[in-house]
Amino acid sequence: MRIAVIGCGAVGSLFAANLGTLDDVEVWAYDPWQEHVDAINANGLRLSGAGDVVGRVHATADPGELPPCELGVVATKSQHTSAAMADTAHAFEQGSVCSVQNGAGNEELVAEHVRQVIRGTTFPAGRVIEPGHVRWDTKGDTHIGPFEPSPAPMDAVEALADACTRAGMPTHALADARGAQWRKLIFNAASNAIAALTGRTHGRVAEAPTRELAWAVMAEGRAVAEAQGITLDMSPEELFDHAARKDVAYGHKPSMLQDVEAGRETEIDFLNGAIVAFGERYGVDAPLNRALTELVKGKETA
Amino acid sequence: MAVERVCVIGAGVIGSLYAGHLARNVEVSVLTRRAEHADALNADGLRISGKSDFTARVRATAEPGEIEDFDLGIVATKATQLEEAAGALAGRFPAATLMTIQNGLGAEELVRNHGDWPLFSAVTFMSGVRHDDTHVEYELDTETWLGPFAGTATFEQAQEVEALLIDAGLHARAFLDLRPAQWSKLIFNATVNSVSALTDLPHVSAFAARDGETDLGNLVHDLMDEGKSVAAAAGVPLHEDPWLMNVQAVRRGETLAAEGHYAHVPSMLEDVRAGRPTEIDFITGALVREASRHGVPAPLHTAMYRLVRARETA
Repeated sequence: MRIAVIGCGAVGSLFAANLGTLDDVEVWAYDPWQEHVDAINANGLRLSGAGDVVGRVHATADPGELPPCELGVVATKSQHTSAAMADTAHAFEQGSVCSVQNGAGNEELVAEHVRQVIRGTTFPAGRVIEPGHVRWDTKGDTHIGPFEPSPAPMDAVEALADACTRAGMPTHALADARGAQWRKLIFNAASNAIAALTGRTHGRVAEAPTRELAWAVMAEGRAVAEAQGITLDMSPEELFDHAARKDVAYGHKPSMLQDVEAGRETEIDFLNGAIVAFGERYGVDAPLNRALTELVKGKETA
Repeated sequence: MAVERVCVIGAGVIGSLYAGHLARNVEVSVLTRRAEHADALNADGLRISGKSDFTARVRATAEPGEIEDFDLGIVATKATQLEEAAGALAGRFPAATLMTIQNGLGAEELVRNHGDWPLFSAVTFMSGVRHDDTHVEYELDTETWLGPFAGTATFEQAQEVEALLIDAGLHARAFLDLRPAQWSKLIFNATVNSVSALTDLPHVSAFAARDGETDLGNLVHDLMDEGKSVAAAAGVPLHEDPWLMNVQAVRRGETLAAEGHYAHVPSMLEDVRAGRPTEIDFITGALVREASRHGVPAPLHTAMYRLVRARETA
């Protein structure tokens, strides 16, 4: 079986390197960063930290080099989804493509280029520390299921879950993966936007005076999920408190805070902005998420 | 009330602009926070440049006990330092009338907790730049608005102060009831300051942009609408529409920018950049408390209040 990872940053590398340890899977990775690509091709893709792994991966910065693949895993930043899919869609004419990106709205973009789409949500995290080498910070589960408007067949979903799980990335194939996705989206939208605007770590966002605001922001997200008929698989509020524990992620700077500190564009459109947009589609107002979206977009231009 | 002696309490930019101009016509004393500031003013006088250009003699001290009797006291501290300043005046100056010019709401009540002086409420739209302890540049020569507070002073007395300020070269206007103007400025300030403090943006044209669905001007407009509903619930008609004030200020800013001036940095953004406590409690906090007192929801201003508070203590 051939699997291509599109976007080989931290999360993409966790999938590519682990899958690259399997004998029955040929792994390809597309990423525009040439030094990273060269290092991967010379020495394999290395993970250290939560797991020490070196995976065999065919890396390329030229999307034209990708061969036809049965499966794809998209792990670019959300703002690059459309461009990356336009460049790589030729490899998936007979294949199924799974988004494991943050937020909501990526599957819709993938579906503009590929027919068989898989909805995905992943918890593991890491960071690239040098070309060809990624620090694996957090282990965790991945949930995938057919993307309803343009679904991949269930056996493709199960084949991807089976390969990832055998490779050391526990992955659950579900008929409806929306509950997992919205649980993480609701949690992330509250933590990331408030942290980006206040400079606080996740643990301090969960304290006064922003705790009540975070809970109100999550309540709006819950209402938008409910209007779509989505049943959350876990409580985002419990996840919020769990992550705020000193022994979990109290001092963690959510990625949006890291983005604004580095002057980079954020994923706000796919987090709070997605809650607002889905809310509008289903007739639910989300004024606090809209306010956070407008503030973060303002901050991006400062 | 014949005003022959004025005391300016707090010698920041606004206090200095009052002290310098008034000292050309009447006797002016100044209460500073730092002794070196008072020493420098006593030695060199107070230079005003920009829209005015002169150096005035003032008598300055950092010791409240050394202040001599005055007819009119202009309380020009930051809202965050008002409690301390009012405490220093407590039990003294029974013949004086005081004027508060702090941002937000509640300065009058706070001062009256320390003594039953007659009071003028005031807001000012002047701005300037502090160059050093004895030199302030007069930038925006806009009006000071004042009116009697809760029947403790009369409209005629407010008109006397208006004349005093105008004679000194400033712009002023007396009102029968200042609350409509005070609330217009409150809603404007609560919105522009908090949005600026959180986005790191000076008061630029983005604050009035509403073309795109997620343009910042939409939030500014929503916050002002929420503020207007609080004013309506409090029974205060507005003197000016804060949204129009915002649009005009942004346009004026564009003109100034085209002439090479820097965009206006609201004081709350200056404060968070400098790691100082902000006036959020007196501005957005006051609006949220009024909303709760009158039973109207203010979820957006409440969110802004919590975010700025959190940013202050990040």
